[in-house]
Amino acid sequence: MAQTVLHKANTRGVADHGWLKSYQSFSFAGYYNPERVNFGALRVLNDDIVTGGMGFGEHPHDNMEIISIPLEGNLQHKDSMGNTATIKAGEIQVMSAGTGIYHSEYNADAENPAKFLQIWLFPNKRNVTPRYDQILLNDADKRNEFVQILSPNADDAGVWIYQDAWFNLGKFNADVTKTYNLNKKGDGVYVFVLKGQVEVNGQLLDTRDGFGIWDTDNFDVKAITDAEFLLMEVPMEF
Amino acid sequence: MEKLEILIVGTNKPIMETIARLIDRDEKWLATIAISLLDAKAICLQRGFGLILIGAGIENDEVEQLRNYLTENALKIPIVKHYGGGSGLLFAEIYQGLEAF
Repeated sequence: MAQTVLHKANTRGVADHGWLKSYQSFSFAGYYNPERVNFGALRVLNDDIVTGGMGFGEHPHDNMEIISIPLEGNLQHKDSMGNTATIKAGEIQVMSAGTGIYHSEYNADAENPAKFLQIWLFPNKRNVTPRYDQILLNDADKRNEFVQILSPNADDAGVWIYQDAWFNLGKFNADVTKTYNLNKKGDGVYVFVLKGQVEVNGQLLDTRDGFGIWDTDNFDVKAITDAEFLLMEVPMEF
Repeated sequence: MEKLEILIVGTNKPIMETIARLIDRDEKWLATIAISLLDAKAICLQRGFGLILIGAGIENDEVEQLRNYLTENALKIPIVKHYGGGSGLLFAEIYQGLEAF
C-alpha cells in the first residue's frame, strides 16, 4: 500500500530578507524542522520571489544537483565556469556543483519580481567535475500530458543530473485524470502544485501544497480545476 | 561558555573558508579547517572536536580511513558528509549530526 506525506503550503518555512521571500518545503538555512528535512534524494524545494534588480551575490556550492525553474520573470546567471546567461519562464537550469562552483543569480528586471523554484537533490556521485546547463522546455505548454523536463540520461528529454530522478511538469484542464507510472522501483514522487487544485491518490491538494507518495508503482493525478504541477520522482534510498 | 569545535575537511579551500565563516557566526561553535586527510588525522589528536564535516574533494575511502583512525585512537567524534557548500544545509547537518550521535 502506498505511503504518503502531506505538506500544506502554509506549513512551509518562510524566510523574508526584504529582497528575497523564500517559502521552504524542507529545512533550509535558518529554518530547521527535524520532521521536514528531505523526501528521499530531494533535499531542497524553495519557492523564491526576488525583488526587481536584486539577487543572490556570488556564493559557492559543492556536491549538490541544483535545479532552477523560473515561474515568472528573468534571472541573470553568472558562474565560475565562465557561463553568463539569462533564464526565463519556460526554461530550466541545472548545475552539478561537484568539487565546487561559485555563481550569482540576479533578477534581470529592475522593476518586477522574479519567481522561481530552487530545487536541490543529493547527487549519486560526490566530487564530480562541475557542470552547467539550461534548456528551453519546448513541450512545457502541452496540456493534459506529463512533460518530462529532467532525467538521469543525457539523451533523454529535458536536462540531466547525477541522480536517478525524473521530473515532469503537468498543465491539466479541469477534470482530466492521468496515471503516473514510476520509472524505477523504490522511488517516490513529490508532487508540488503550482496552480489550481489537483487530487493525488485521493488527497486534495491546493496551490503550493506538497505531497509525497512512495511504495507504489503508479498513482492517479486528477485536476479538480485547471491546474499546473510538478512531479519529482526521486530515489527514497540513495 | 565552552564552544563546540567543528572540524571541516575538504580540498576546496575557498569553500572551506566560507563554511568556517558561517559556522563561526554562531557563538556556540568554532570551526577549524583541514584541507587533506593527513591534516585531519593530525589535528584530531590535538584538539577536542565535537563534530567532523566532510566537504568536497574527500573520497569515501578517505572517510572510512578517518573513521577507522578515530576508532583506533578511541576518539568518538561523529562524521557528517556536508553537501551544498554553503549555508543552505549546513546548520541542519550539524544539528542532525549531533542528535544522531
